[in-house]
Amino acid sequence: MEPIRHLDALACPLAQANVDTDQLIPARFMKEPRSVGYGQFLLHDLRHDASGKPRGDFILEHPEARQASILVARRNFGAGSSREAAVYALVDFGFRCVIAPSFGDIFSSNAVNNGLLPATLPEEDIERLLEHLGDTPGRLHVDLETCRIRAGELDLAFTISPTWRTKLLNGWDDIDMTRQHEEAITRFAADYAARHPWLKASPGDPGVIARDF
Amino acid sequence: MTMPTTLFDKVWDAHEIHRSESGQSLLWIDRHFVHEGSFHAFNKLHERELPVARPDLTFGIADHYVPTLTRHLEEIGDAKVRGMIEQLSDNTTRHGIALFGLNDPRQGIVHVLGPEQGLTQPGLLMVCGDSHTSTHGAFGSIAFGIGASEVAHVLATQTLWQSRPKQMRLNVEGRLAPGITAKDIALTWIARLGADGARGHAIEYTGSAIRDLSMEARLTLCNLSIEGGARCGVIAPDEATFDYLRGRPYAPQGEALEQAMAYWRTLTSDPEARFDREVTLDASEIGPTVTWGVSPEDALPIDQAVPDPAREQDANRARQLQDTLDYMGLSAGQKLTDIAIQRVFIGSCTNARIEDLRAAAAVLKGRRSKVPGIVAPGSTQVKREAEAEGLDRIFLEAGLEWRESGCSMCVGMNGDLVASGERCASTTNRNFKGRQGPGARTHLMSPAMVAAAAVAGHLADIREL
Ligand code: SF4
Repeated sequence: MEPIRHLDALACPLAQANVDTDQLIPARFMKEPRSVGYGQFLLHDLRHDASGKPRGDFILEHPEARQASILVARRNFGAGSSREAAVYALVDFGFRCVIAPSFGDIFSSNAVNNGLLPATLPEEDIERLLEHLGDTPGRLHVDLETCRIRAGELDLAFTISPTWRTKLLNGWDDIDMTRQHEEAITRFAADYAARHPWLKASPGDPGVIARDF
Repeated sequence: MTMPTTLFDKVWDAHEIHRSESGQSLLWIDRHFVHEGSFHAFNKLHERELPVARPDLTFGIADHYVPTLTRHLEEIGDAKVRGMIEQLSDNTTRHGIALFGLNDPRQGIVHVLGPEQGLTQPGLLMVCGDSHTSTHGAFGSIAFGIGASEVAHVLATQTLWQSRPKQMRLNVEGRLAPGITAKDIALTWIARLGADGARGHAIEYTGSAIRDLSMEARLTLCNLSIEGGARCGVIAPDEATFDYLRGRPYAPQGEALEQAMAYWRTLTSDPEARFDREVTLDASEIGPTVTWGVSPEDALPIDQAVPDPAREQDANRARQLQDTLDYMGLSAGQKLTDIAIQRVFIGSCTNARIEDLRAAAAVLKGRRSKVPGIVAPGSTQVKREAEAEGLDRIFLEAGLEWRESGCSMCVGMNGDLVASGERCASTTNRNFKGRQGPGARTHLMSPAMVAAAAVAGHLADIREL
């Protein structure tokens, strides 16, 4: 995973609350392999009208949106379905950071696992940032080392869990981290099984039965 | 003296392998469910050439993409949908994982199947790449949804890194009025606290109204924890839990069951245990509740009216409210019972267990639905049970379709969609824009309320039927 230290980049304002993962990527696109690039599906139904034509007035259709790597939104961003595809859509579109007053819990851990920074800013600060940006993409500076966002006159402090910050700063991957604990896991598993003997396949456990294909 | 602890702490601590300096816990996972959508995670595993650490603790379930008109793979017209089901079968076969596949008599929606097969038990730590995994907490287990990277991590290690969430006690005291269900409790608290009201928290549901709930109703309540932003919901196991589990295929039996029960009985919060937050609801004040907007927090008792943006102080909120009304095709101040519907859906992991189907059938018996609709049982076993009781006849005679089990119109991945602009009264869990199909308008409510809406042709008050 690519580490993030700071971003000096264009930010898109998305002045909406409750942008859930069903909106970030509608379910019908989730059959596609990642290799097709999920950016085209990002907020698909907000970006297009009923006939499938792009809505020119939607922020992601702005000519500069493709160069943006920061998204600013209102509260409860990424609520709902655990689909990591929502993060793939953001990342494949080009985003490295989403700034909002609050995030769905599963969304934020998915984000961090894909090198996308979920930066939490108090609601008042989000409003100031949105006001600063207006209706078009604008330049922001996001510094993960100091946890600050700067834009024009604004200099705002954001929060992120320290563990996630470290992970993002270093581009660490969980599976690698966990492997250092292999011995402890093996020991735990044996001890746990001894403490919970009823969890061994019970007499009634049908186990793996004939498959249908 | 030991510190008083919560049920949640007890289960969490029993699964903690290691705690990092920054406070993250490496947790042992007892049960891991994978479904068709888990293919991203399997791909990650294959990229790194890793095996599945514990195939015996991993269970594959075909539910999200399965057709509800057939159980034959070759009859699925959409090659991509068929491919999703085949892919799950390939991945589980390759790694020696048990599969509850399309035509398995035990097939069902993961969160219906788990409890039904006795896979869900008190004190376990359970995960699945699906946010409604919170459902399984109804048995006193910690169960939550995870993303694909985490699914890959669990597949590779049978463990997961998590930081301990804060804890909230949601206490519901008193008696529910007749016809009021777990769905109404859930929509009521979510409307009160907001769709992110319990964000970062594990909820323990307590109180006399919770104790009185059946296991099916507890599953519904815990299922909807995520819609209020909670990481998970738990209910302390009791005799109802043990009775439900007895004799289930994967539940311990005989002496093992005795051993298990001795442990399960310790899974309660100590009387002095401290919670980060306490919320109390009076059960008797909860009415039949429906959603009118595009977030589960947009819920009101059925005798109320659609909110008016003009009465909203905050300009942003007024704008968003107007946007919601535009999407939903509603006007400010319109009575909820005046909202005409074009379709109903009875199904999903929230409300498609046998008790839900019985509640809907009780309303529909001898009546006709004014609108078309689908009934998709939560599992193949629920379907058989309902047929044995003659519920299928009631639905069919009312003019609804009786389908095979699967997620179906809850998310529309299998092609069961609500048409654009159409309004659906639904027993599901999400009224998000486009959830049931592009442009679809969803109103969430209990199964009996959906049945009442079907009969009336508009949202209706179950108490007046
Ligand atoms: S029924 Fe709906 S909410 Fe439940 S698992 Fe299926 S898609 Fe998810």
